[in-house]
Amino acid sequence: MKKIKDIWQGAEACAYGAMKAGLDFFAGYPITPSTEIAEYLSAMMPKKGKTFIQMEDEIASIVALAGASMAGAKAMTSTSGPGYSLMQEGIGYACMVEAPLVVCNVMRGGPSTGLPTKVSQGDVMQSRWGTHGDHPAIAISPSSVQEMYSMTIEAFNLAEQYRTPVTLLTDETITHMREKIEIDPDKDPPLVRRLCPTCRENYLPYGTFVDDVPVIANLGDGYGTSVTGLSHHDDGFQTADYSISRALIERLSRKVEKHSKEIFDIEVWNEKASIMLVCYGITSRSVKALLARNKECGGGLDIGMVRLKTLFPIHEETLWNSLAHAKHIMVPELNLGQIVHEVKRIVGHQIPVSLISKTGGELINPDELCEEVVKINHAR
Amino acid sequence: MQGEQYLNPKRIPTIWCPGCGNGIVVHAMMTALDKLSVPSEDVIFVSGIGCSSRTATYAACDNIHTLHGRALPVATAIKLVRPDKKVIVMSGDGDSLAIGGNHLIHAARRNIDLTLIIFNNSIYGMTGGQVSPLTPSGKRGTTAPYGSIEEQFDTVKLLEGAGASYIARSGVSFFQPTVKYMKNAVSHNGFAVVEVITQCPIYYGRMNKHKSPAEMMQWQKENMVSLEKAEKMTEEERSSKILMGEFVCKEKPSYIEKRASMFKELCK
Ligand SMILES: Cc1ncc(C[n+]2csc(CCOP(=O)(O)OP(=O)(O)O)c2C)c(N)n1
Ligand code: SF4
Repeated sequence: MKKIKDIWQGAEACAYGAMKAGLDFFAGYPITPSTEIAEYLSAMMPKKGKTFIQMEDEIASIVALAGASMAGAKAMTSTSGPGYSLMQEGIGYACMVEAPLVVCNVMRGGPSTGLPTKVSQGDVMQSRWGTHGDHPAIAISPSSVQEMYSMTIEAFNLAEQYRTPVTLLTDETITHMREKIEIDPDKDPPLVRRLCPTCRENYLPYGTFVDDVPVIANLGDGYGTSVTGLSHHDDGFQTADYSISRALIERLSRKVEKHSKEIFDIEVWNEKASIMLVCYGITSRSVKALLARNKECGGGLDIGMVRLKTLFPIHEETLWNSLAHAKHIMVPELNLGQIVHEVKRIVGHQIPVSLISKTGGELINPDELCEEVVKINHAR
Repeated sequence: MQGEQYLNPKRIPTIWCPGCGNGIVVHAMMTALDKLSVPSEDVIFVSGIGCSSRTATYAACDNIHTLHGRALPVATAIKLVRPDKKVIVMSGDGDSLAIGGNHLIHAARRNIDLTLIIFNNSIYGMTGGQVSPLTPSGKRGTTAPYGSIEEQFDTVKLLEGAGASYIARSGVSFFQPTVKYMKNAVSHNGFAVVEVITQCPIYYGRMNKHKSPAEMMQWQKENMVSLEKAEKMTEEERSSKILMGEFVCKEKPSYIEKRASMFKELCK
């Protein structure tokens, strides 16, 4: 791959990142505002002998990913709200059978068909608890076209590392906007691939673990791999045994949670400021604009930012440490309050936390943010 | 037993009730694979959810037991990743024609190189006897205690309209023909389906006043006729019978073949 310095659309950067990550299999169903990602990939993949398939719906797409993944492919789909809802049963299946895969959910206004062409951050909690039952969840949140590239690679690496579905939780604006991107292939992170067994003797698909992640032979390698979404033994056969089922459910969450410190990534500006804005995705662009403007005007407001590059899992201590000194925390979100509840849970007993909410399909602009911050500043 | 090398002895006995026809369907498939001398490493079994869908989990081959209705898209993907393998889907009538109906017509339309066996017991066995899209009109299920007022699908016509390139129908009372159709389906290029009529004595049988599994199998003998025999019957005689045989067997480019030629063209 060559060095690139260009103006790209977010969708294009995502598609390019997926190719860089080694995408073998894409299955999807068109939905605004995610469709461009599929369109780019439908042109790129066949030229490299990789499979792009438009399925009959999102349910088919997500389970196709699970099948492709268990047969050894690096697999991805892209979708938006209604499609993401349809995928939830399949995402739970992928959690249970430990199929690494990447779901790019481009958030648009909901609920239901909602605002197909407008931005939102309404699916944050769905990316954590969308499927039924206790399960692990990894969701990362890009805030630029550059990150649509780099975080797509990261999403594949996390999926392969932990053998679990990963949501690239982006939004209409980041996906559709065009801005500067710079790619230096030498600076891309090394690619991660799941471990595979090398010995057939005494092979059990869910019997050998590296750091709680099973070493499973790909379907088709003839090891006798057996996979089910039912609670299962080490040989992949169903069981309703209490202690086996409990151990399985606990391990699934533990394999991710115990690495939350490594996975959880934040960007901090003005770490000592008394008012800290906790933000993610497109909303952090408004926060950054406000902070830059404040600096230009001589720093009248004592404000800083913690940008969540990872939404789940949250490493509570890291988040707490980045906010412990603050006198007030504000959480701007394009919803009626989702990540704000996590922030409250983690720091709310010590520091006041308030929500800056906007829904209906428009961005929070820096002026609106400024107004809210000034109000708090006066009140203090 | 012929074909037992394809079964995992550690997982037997199955969960199936005494007198259930599922074991016969599975035996027919294992016999067909044995007759074709397919090495078990070359087969991947895929199932959805249901009594019949437990089949995948009993195989000694690589296998994946998926979600209710979703075996076909999973199998499609596996075949696309491993085109060198025989990918065989074992599915119930609810699994493949109700919740999975959309996937069924699209798998047929794509002519994707899979073998699908539909265990048609005319009922939802696993959940305790509710009506399915293959419950004959007027027959009872726990959710149609006064008899179903819906029409059942004709699987063969549905699949033919959707583009499947191999379609056969048989019944568990006709073991040798069933094995033959399964052999032909597994060897076929493209989407190949065998519907096998089987008995659920526990729910369908009880709800519809069939005395025993043996009586249900006898019913098949009396009510299913081969396409050859049917030709000699009058329209009226034929209308009360269930036809069995190979309805469609045609050569047309499969999805895997089309993908291969697209790749060849683009990667030149
Ligand atoms: C999404 C979803 N809906 C419903 C069910 C419950 N369910 C399990 S099996 C089944 C029907 C099985 O009938 P069929 O496919 O005909 O197979 P059989 O048990 O008769 O072999 C149903 C409704 C489920 N597991 N998942
Ligand atoms: S419930 Fe019916 S279909 Fe299921 S195992 Fe028993 S007899 Fe067979």
